[in-house]
Amino acid sequence: MISAGPSGGLIRRAALVAAACLLASACNRGILEPVGPVGQAEKTIMINSTAIMLAIIIPTMLATIGIAWWFRRGNTKATYMPDWEYSGAIEMVVWAIPALTIMLLGGIAWIGSHDLEPSKPLPGTSPALKVEVVSLDWKWLFIYPDQGIATVNQLVVPAGTPVSFRLTSATVWNSFFVPQMGTMIYTMPRMTTRLNLQADKPGSYNGLSSHFSGDGFPGMQFQVQALPPEQFAMWAQGARGQGTPLDGRGYAELSKPSSYVKPMIYGAVAPGLFDAIVANRTPSNPVPTPQHNRPVPGSKA
Amino acid sequence: MFGKLTWSAIPFDQPIPLITSIVMLLVIAAVAVWVWRNGWWPHIWNEYITSTDHKHIGIMYIVLALVMLVRGFADAIMMRAQQSLAVGASQGYLPPEHYNQIFSAHGTIMIFFMAMPIVIGMMNFVVPLQLGVRDVAFPTMNNVSFWLTASGALLVNVSLFVGEFARTGWLGFPPLSEKAFSPGVGVDYYLVALQISGVGTVLTAVNFVTTILKTRAPGMSYLRMPVFCWTALASNLIMLAAFPVLTVALAELMLDRYLGFHFFTNDGGGNSMLYMNLIWVWGHPEVYILVLPAFGIYSEVASTFSGKPLFGYRSMVFATLAICIISYMVWLHHFFTMGAGADINAVFGIASMIIGIPTGVKIYNWLFTMYGGRVRFTVPMYYLIGFMLTFVVGGLTGVLLAIPPVDFVVHNSLFLVAHFHQVIIGGVVFAVMAGYTYWFPKAFGFTLDERLGKAVFWCWFIGFHLAFMPLYVLGFWGATRRMQHIPDPTWQPWLNVAFVGAVIIGLGIVLTVVQLLYSIKTRDQRRDVTGDPWDGRTLEWLTLSPPPHYNFAVLPDVHGEEAYWTRKQTAIKQDQLIEEPDYQPIEMPVNSPTGIIVAFFASLCGFAIIWYIWWLAILGLIGAFAVFVWYAWRDEHEHIIPVEEVRANARERRRIRMEHLHELSQST
Amino acid sequence: MTTASEAPAIGLTHGGSEDTGLGHRGPESKSIVVPYGFWLFVLSDMVLFSALFASYATLAHATDGGPISNQLFDRNLVAIETIALLVSSFVCGLAMIAAKRANMIWTQGWLLVTGLLGFVFLSIELFEFAKMIGEGAGPQRSAFLSAFFTLVGCHGAHVTCGLLWIGTMMAQIWAKGFQPHIMRRLLCLSVFWHALDIIWVAIFTIVYLIGTLP
Repeated sequence: MISAGPSGGLIRRAALVAAACLLASACNRGILEPVGPVGQAEKTIMINSTAIMLAIIIPTMLATIGIAWWFRRGNTKATYMPDWEYSGAIEMVVWAIPALTIMLLGGIAWIGSHDLEPSKPLPGTSPALKVEVVSLDWKWLFIYPDQGIATVNQLVVPAGTPVSFRLTSATVWNSFFVPQMGTMIYTMPRMTTRLNLQADKPGSYNGLSSHFSGDGFPGMQFQVQALPPEQFAMWAQGARGQGTPLDGRGYAELSKPSSYVKPMIYGAVAPGLFDAIVANRTPSNPVPTPQHNRPVPGSKA
Repeated sequence: MFGKLTWSAIPFDQPIPLITSIVMLLVIAAVAVWVWRNGWWPHIWNEYITSTDHKHIGIMYIVLALVMLVRGFADAIMMRAQQSLAVGASQGYLPPEHYNQIFSAHGTIMIFFMAMPIVIGMMNFVVPLQLGVRDVAFPTMNNVSFWLTASGALLVNVSLFVGEFARTGWLGFPPLSEKAFSPGVGVDYYLVALQISGVGTVLTAVNFVTTILKTRAPGMSYLRMPVFCWTALASNLIMLAAFPVLTVALAELMLDRYLGFHFFTNDGGGNSMLYMNLIWVWGHPEVYILVLPAFGIYSEVASTFSGKPLFGYRSMVFATLAICIISYMVWLHHFFTMGAGADINAVFGIASMIIGIPTGVKIYNWLFTMYGGRVRFTVPMYYLIGFMLTFVVGGLTGVLLAIPPVDFVVHNSLFLVAHFHQVIIGGVVFAVMAGYTYWFPKAFGFTLDERLGKAVFWCWFIGFHLAFMPLYVLGFWGATRRMQHIPDPTWQPWLNVAFVGAVIIGLGIVLTVVQLLYSIKTRDQRRDVTGDPWDGRTLEWLTLSPPPHYNFAVLPDVHGEEAYWTRKQTAIKQDQLIEEPDYQPIEMPVNSPTGIIVAFFASLCGFAIIWYIWWLAILGLIGAFAVFVWYAWRDEHEHIIPVEEVRANARERRRIRMEHLHELSQST
Repeated sequence: MTTASEAPAIGLTHGGSEDTGLGHRGPESKSIVVPYGFWLFVLSDMVLFSALFASYATLAHATDGGPISNQLFDRNLVAIETIALLVSSFVCGLAMIAAKRANMIWTQGWLLVTGLLGFVFLSIELFEFAKMIGEGAGPQRSAFLSAFFTLVGCHGAHVTCGLLWIGTMMAQIWAKGFQPHIMRRLLCLSVFWHALDIIWVAIFTIVYLIGTLP
C-alpha cells in the first residue's frame, strides 16, 4: 500500500502517467478507434452512411465507365440514338434514387444529431465529473472545480465515468478535440460551450485543438489519461496543495503566450476562476489555503 | 507622411519571400521588355487592356487566373513539403509565422483570384456567343470588372514583398483577425484586396444577369438557351445576392480594425459568432458560383462529344435553379461544432443533403446523354469522365460531413480538406481544363495538341488522387488542418505520398504551359478552318475562329432548342446554306481605358489604406471619382462597322462553310 | 428549295416568330437594358443593407453596460430627417417629369431642391452622430453602437454618393442637354434615390421606432 502522503502521491502519479504513455506508443487510429460511447456511436453512423452511399455510387461509377466505353464511336454494335433526349421513366428514377437516399440519411442525421447533441448529459451510474476547459495562447487549462485543482495540457479523467465539460477561451477561438473520445466543440471567448464525453477504459489518448488559433497553434497538443476511478481519486487527492496555486498571479503568468507547454499541475485554484474568465474578470483574490484532510468530492472514502 | 510604411516592410531578412519577390519582379520586367521589343504593346493595349469585347476580356480573366494558379500552387507545394518534413523533432523549413501566411494566401488566391476569374472568364467568352448576341449588356463595365479583380490580385501579390499577408486562413475569422491578435498589415491586405475585387464581381453579376435575361438572339426563349447559359445565370444570380454579404462581413471587420468598432471583438459586447454566420452565408453560395458553370461546361461537352442532345434539358434547368436557391439554406453546416443545438444542426444538415439530390440528377443525366451516343474520347471528354468518377466521391464525403454527428469528429480535419479539394478539383478545375481545351480553337483559331492534353489530364487525375486520398485517412486518424508541425510520425509516409501527388499536379501545370507553347508553334497543323472543329451544337460554332469583334454578321434566328445543330443538319441535308440575309452596318462599343485607370486608383487607394497613408487614400478616391466623371462625359460611345466589311467577312465565312460542309459531321 | 414548313426551322423568318413560347424579339433596347441592370444593382444593395440589419438585430442588446437606444434617439429630429428625405423623393419625381419634357430650368431646379433636402437630411444625421459621440455614445463604446453607426452611417454614405451624383447630373444636363444616355442616367439616379428612401423607412422603423418603444 503506497503512502498517501504528499511525496508518495507524487511518485504514484508520475508512475501512472509514465505507464499510460507507454501504452499510447502503439499507433492510435483516431476516430476509427473510439474508446467511449460518443465516439463509438459516431463511428457507427459514419460507416453505415458511407456504406449506404457506396451502394449507390459504386454502380454509378461502373456505369459511367461502362456506358462511355460501350457507346464509343468505333463500336458498331452499339445503337446510335441521336434524337433520344428524354424519358419520363428514367427521370423519375434518377430523381428518386438520390431523394430516397437522402431521406434515409436525413433520418439518420436527425436522430443522430439529437442523440449525440454535445450538451446532452451521458447516461451513467456514476455522477459526472465536472471539468472546466479554457483554451489559452497556446495551451489548454483544465480546471476541476469539485477537486479544487487544475492541470495544463494534461486531462486526467476516471474511466467509465461521464465527464461533463464547460468550455471557454481566454483569447481566440479554439476547438477541444480528443479524437478517440469523439465529439469536438469550439471554445469561444466570453461564451460557454458544453460537451459530454466518456472514456470507457483506462488508457492514454491524444488531444488537440482543431481550430487554427495563431502562431503557437501546432503546440496545442495535450494528453488525456483515463485512470480507474480509485486511482483517479487518489491522483486528485494527491495533487491538492502541490505546485503553485492558480490564483490571479498564477493565471496572469499562465496567460503569457507560450506554446508546446509541458504538462503542469496546480494544486489549488481560485474559486469561480472559469466564470471569471468567461465574464472577462481576471481573478485577483489569492486562493484559500487547501485543507488536506478533507476528502475530495467524487472519491471513495 | 507614409503612415506605417517603412523600409522594414520589405523582407530583407526572410530569404524565401525576398528571393521569390525578386524573381517575380525580374520575370515581369523581362516579359514587359520582350513584349516591347516585339512591338506588341499597342496591340495589347488596343485589343486587350482597353477592350470592351467580351471575348478578349474573357481571355484576360483566364490569363490572370492561370498566372495566379502558379502562385497558389507554389504555396500548395510549399505546404506539402513542410508537412512532409516537420515531423517529430523537426520544425521543417517554414516557421509558423511564415507557414500561416502561406496557407492563408493559398486559399485566398485559389478561390478569389484563380477559380473565380477562370470561371468568370469562361462565361465572359462563351455566353454572348451562345446567346447569339454581340456582347454583354454593359461592355465597358465588363472591362472595369476585370481590372478591379486584377487590382485585388495585385495587392495580394504586393504583400509578398511589402509587408506580410494575413495569417488567419482564407476567411479571416475573428477574434484572431482582430487588431488585438493580428496587429500587422497582413489582414488588412486581405480585407482591402477582397473588397476591391468584390466590387468587380458584383458588377459582373449585374452584367451577366441582364445579358442573359434581356439580350438574346431573336427566338431564343428561356427554354431554348444552352444549359451553360442557364448555369451562368444561376451562378451570377448567386454572385449578385451573396457578395454584398461578404462586403458587409469584411467591412465590419475593417471597421473593428481601423476605427475600434466592436462588431466581433472580445470586449465591448462584440460577437465573433456573427462573423461566422455572415461569412458563411456568403461562403457556401460562393462554391456554387464556381461549380454551377462547371456543370454547364460538362453539359456542353457531354452532348457535343456524344453526338446527342443533352438528356433531360428541363430537368437540368430545374436542378440548376434548385441548387441556386437551396445553396442559401445550408450555411450552418460549416460550424456544426459551434454548439447551436440538435434541432438547428439537424435542419441544416438535412438541407445540405437535399442539395445533393439535384446534383445527383445531373450526374445521371450526363450518363444518359452518353447512352445511345457516339462517344469521342477527346481531351474534354476525358475530363468529363474523370469528373464523374471523382466528383461523386467528393459528394459522398460531403454528405458525410452534412451529418452533424459525423462532422463532430471530422470537422476542420484533413478529411474536410480532402473533401473540398475533391469537389473543387474534380468539379471546377477539371471543368475549366475541359472548357479551356474545348473553346480554345474558337478563341485562337487552332486546336491544342491532343496528346499533351491527355498527358495533362492524367497528371491532374493521378496527382489529385495521390495528393488527397492520404488526407482522408489522416483525417480519420485525428489530423487537423493548418498544422505547421506534425505531431505523429506514423503520419509521415502518407504525407510523403501526398507530396508526390502535388509534384505530379505540378508536372501537369508545367505540361499545360508546354502544351500551349508547342501548340502555338505547330498551329498550322491544327488550324480550325471552319470554326466548328468539334461538330458542335450551340451558336458559338456558327462563327469562324476567332469570331469577328461583332460575333455575328446578322443575329441568328432561333427556332427550337439546339438552333445551330438543326440549322447545320438542314444545310448538310440540302447541301446549301440558308439564304443570304440583308447586311447592315453594325454599331459596336468603343474601347475604354476607364477600367485600368479606375483600377490604378483603386490599387493606390487600397495600398494607402493598408499602410495608413491617409492623404494618398483620399487622393486615390478622388482619382477614381474623377475617372468616373471623365468617362461619363464622353460623347463617343460606339463606332460603326461599315456594311462592306460586314458583308465581306460574312461572305468569306459562307464560302468556307460551303466548301467544308460535309466535314463538319463527326459522329457518323 | 426550302419548303414553307422548313423555313421556320432554319431561321428564315425574322424575329417575333410564332413558336417561341414566351416570345423574344431579340436583344432589348438600351432604354430597357440599362434601368434593368441598375435595378439589379439596387437589389444587391438591398442585400447589403439586409446584412447590416442582421448585424444590428444580433447586436441590438450588446450594449456592454453603455447607453441603450431608448436613451439616445430623439424622435423629433428623426421625424424632420424623415420628412426631408421623403419630400426629396417626391421632388426627385418632379425633376424626372420636367426632364421628360426637356425643361431645363425646372429640371435643374427640382434636382437642386432634391439635393438640398438630402443635404438637410445628412446635416441632421451628422449632428445626431456628433451629439452621440460627444456624450460618449460613439461607435467604439459598444457593439450595439458600432452596429447602429454602421447601419445608419452606410445609408448616409449612400445619400452622400447620391448627392455627388445629383451634382454631376446637373452639370451633365447643363452641358449636354437631355440626350438619351443622359436621360437613362437620370432614371437610374431617381431609382437610386427612391431606393434610399425605402431603406430609410426600414431603418426608421427598426432602429428608431422600435428602439424608442417604452
